[in-house]
Amino acid sequence: METSRSVELGALAERGGQMKFAVIVFPGSNCDVDCYKAVEDTIGQPVDYVWHTETDLSGYDCILLPGGFSYGDYLRCGAIARFAPVMNALVKAAEEGKFILGICNGFQILLEAGLLPGAMLRNRSLKFRCHPAALRVETTRTVFTSDYARGEILNIPIAHGEGNYYCDEATLVELKASDQIVFRYVGENPNGSVDDIAGICNKAGNVVGMMPHPERAVSALLGSEDGKRMFTSVLNAWRVKHGTAAISGA
Amino acid sequence: MKATVYVTIRQNVLDPQGKAVRDALGTLGFGEVKDVRIGKYMELELATEDRAEAEARIREMCEKLLANPVIEDYRFELA
Repeated sequence: METSRSVELGALAERGGQMKFAVIVFPGSNCDVDCYKAVEDTIGQPVDYVWHTETDLSGYDCILLPGGFSYGDYLRCGAIARFAPVMNALVKAAEEGKFILGICNGFQILLEAGLLPGAMLRNRSLKFRCHPAALRVETTRTVFTSDYARGEILNIPIAHGEGNYYCDEATLVELKASDQIVFRYVGENPNGSVDDIAGICNKAGNVVGMMPHPERAVSALLGSEDGKRMFTSVLNAWRVKHGTAAISGA
Repeated sequence: MKATVYVTIRQNVLDPQGKAVRDALGTLGFGEVKDVRIGKYMELELATEDRAEAEARIREMCEKLLANPVIEDYRFELA
């Protein structure tokens, strides 16, 4: 225990206390650049593009699965990406408590991989919806939402044709009981999702999936800055985690 | 051996495409159509002649990849 902690702290010092981000790139990802720039612009931490054939993510503290149409959305959205070589490393990272955010297609991949419960259906309107959406922050216990206030309304854009989140009754009861619903749509539900769900997390709160795009809402020039705090939240969560380790190790 | 796999949205899950097609059929005067379910049809060529083995393998393929058991049902035929 003592050894692993000092090794970890040593590695941390070596990197100058910087948090390392990975943006996973699948064939057909198209929001990878937005995610990369959002990390750079909001929190200025080091970030790499990681190709889907990689098998080691041990050098990263936070892994972002970007939006897009991985493998052309063939069969089902995320169904083929879920078996990409990098996914074994991602499952391992999730188990280790590393911070993982799946946005849009990234959320679909997390569902297909079983890292989050439920599945996606075609939007009830059958239309691809691309516009700003009002979201309510339902929980601040996740590592990506700790800088928000519960009940706060955010303006974050959506852009999807298959964001109609579905889970059965029993799963919904469990999501509510374990405080796993992270965002809900306010006002109009753009896709027909169960219980107006826009984003959920796993039980531990280190894996979050959402259909709206916070990386597209990090500057007033883009129409909203409401997505910024997802990035500041996760940086703070990482600092707290390592700060605590340093104190208890002394 | 050839396998034919059918994947459809489960009965208790709303199929938005099926509903849109049913409504369109109604508009066209086919009012007798009460429900439409849209699914996927897949043909697989298998390099085996062992029927029991093929069945077990196809079932595994369906569970793992071809269908998502959260929202979809599957059935298959071997010929």
